[in-house]
Amino acid sequence: MAWPRRPRPPGARSMRRQFVTPEGVDLRLELAGAGERATAFLIDAVIMLVILVAATIAIAYLADAAGSSALSALTVIWLLGSFVLRNGWFILFELSGRGATPGKRLLGLRVVARDGARLTGGAVTVRNAMRELELFLPLSFLAIDAGESRLDALIYILAFCWVALFLFFPLFNRDRLRIGDLLAGTWVVHTVRGTLADDLVGAATTRQRRIFPAAALDLYGVYELQTLEDVLRRGSDEAIVTVAASIRHKAGLPDDGDDWGFLSDYYAALCARLERDSMLGHRRENKFAAAR
Amino acid sequence: MTAPPTAAPMVNATRFRAAHQATWERLEAIVTRIEKRSVRALGEDDLLALPILYRTTLSSLSVVRETSLDRALQTYLEQLCTRAYFQIYGAPGTAWRQLAHFFATGWPNAIASLWRETLVAAALGIVSAVLGYYLVRHDPSWFYSIIPPELAEGRDPSASAKVLKGVLYGGHDSDPLTTFAAYLFTHNAQVALFAFALGFAFGVPTAMLLVFNGLTLGALVEIYVSKGLGAMLGGWLIIHGSTELFAITLAGAAGFRIGLAIGFPGRASRLESAIVAGRTSGTAMAGVVLMLLVAGLLEGIGRQTIELDWQRYAIGTAVFAGWLAYYYLPRKRHGLA
Repeated sequence: MAWPRRPRPPGARSMRRQFVTPEGVDLRLELAGAGERATAFLIDAVIMLVILVAATIAIAYLADAAGSSALSALTVIWLLGSFVLRNGWFILFELSGRGATPGKRLLGLRVVARDGARLTGGAVTVRNAMRELELFLPLSFLAIDAGESRLDALIYILAFCWVALFLFFPLFNRDRLRIGDLLAGTWVVHTVRGTLADDLVGAATTRQRRIFPAAALDLYGVYELQTLEDVLRRGSDEAIVTVAASIRHKAGLPDDGDDWGFLSDYYAALCARLERDSMLGHRRENKFAAAR
Repeated sequence: MTAPPTAAPMVNATRFRAAHQATWERLEAIVTRIEKRSVRALGEDDLLALPILYRTTLSSLSVVRETSLDRALQTYLEQLCTRAYFQIYGAPGTAWRQLAHFFATGWPNAIASLWRETLVAAALGIVSAVLGYYLVRHDPSWFYSIIPPELAEGRDPSASAKVLKGVLYGGHDSDPLTTFAAYLFTHNAQVALFAFALGFAFGVPTAMLLVFNGLTLGALVEIYVSKGLGAMLGGWLIIHGSTELFAITLAGAAGFRIGLAIGFPGRASRLESAIVAGRTSGTAMAGVVLMLLVAGLLEGIGRQTIELDWQRYAIGTAVFAGWLAYYYLPRKRHGLA
């Protein structure tokens, strides 16, 4: 018997979230996935480890050279330096204008307050102080030997489950919030830097255009148009040949041997047609919606 | 079948692009410059133009979403507006202004707003210290179950008064003072952060840490008092302990605040109440770490060089009074912290 599944609202799994600016426009931010977050953290951890090891070697070398007189000063530098590295790395980088540690920047992520306000020192501190609970507590558990007796082992396992709950917390909620994010009111979003692509319709106005019968333009809606846009922008020959053939077949048009030109013209004509209809209040979302 | 080339664009999106593309590109150039370098890299003209360009682009986005079918254009404007938004609204102030705000209002206000939790945490610490004291007095064997031997360093009920006194005034000859101070600071701060983070589990582990801390203190006090060294121990403890124990109490209080906010959110939703509590106690914790830095200096350097009891008492009390005044004396409040 199949387990009755709760129907999921469409788009619920998507990582896009509503984010309304004070001007009242929804920016539809895209959240970072758990995998990307973990990768960014690992990159940071590796960088921190490399810095720590390099600094330790450098200080040990200096101590060797300077003799015992400078030993205490170097120990102080090492102690304070490793404390600042462990606790300050994330806090200082996230408080800087970029809102991201080097690992996050590398993956194009950024820490953002969920209410759209600026990140405050308190929020960033709590977000990173919670890492003690989420990461270092589970790690310290791994270091402890489970006791000999069965009861000790049981307690160990239960405690480990409790601790793992904090570690895997981001997997249990829709917004991939760490406990730190939850308390600080932050989330981690993608910051993509795109360039403005060419205007597919406007680019070809100097050329003779094909004219399509109205029936051929009745075939598709906005969804198909934008899929066609992707095909044209990606420019893969194989896809263009296939798509052109299937549109010709459906519309009953003859093959004139110029697939690229045919698709560009068809895109432009369909775009103009759908845009005009949508201005008149009849936006056709996809091919299953009725044509006007 | 072909149509002659026409000058008029086929779709409005083309016309719209032609009209606004320069604005978008200027905004993009400015935002890229801020992202790569900083706001200070901008000239006056660009700085003044930024909000206007941002609002124009945002309105372009709205128009494009409603009228254009060009998905690439829509995606580009979304990304551009998001980047500009974060530079305009999301950027924190300059580091100096943030620091000034933290010391002037953020830190003391955050601590002051935790006063209820602070009282509870202090009561918990004091009660368990008294408990530890009487437990050990009643039966000295309790001492060994409260304080692990590696922490006691020979200070246990069987130790002679001479040994105990030696710890109080001996200093750490082998350890240079600054090293000792740095070690104490990093260790205590890490423990305090940990105690704070544990507050998330409804404050229970935080309470356990506070109780354990109090028991240890009480047990230690008892073995000194029973040898008639109580007043000397007081001086040894108070010079840094007034700051350190206060800081630990505050860390516990910050942890409690989070636990309480999640457990009993009141009228706000659980998430909202957690966020308010989290941000307040995060600021408080940054302050606690600084307090522990002061405590580390007092303990590592002050205590090892000052060996007169009255001076130790005077310094400890003065520092404690200073903290109280800084946190709780009424001050002018500039709006909400």
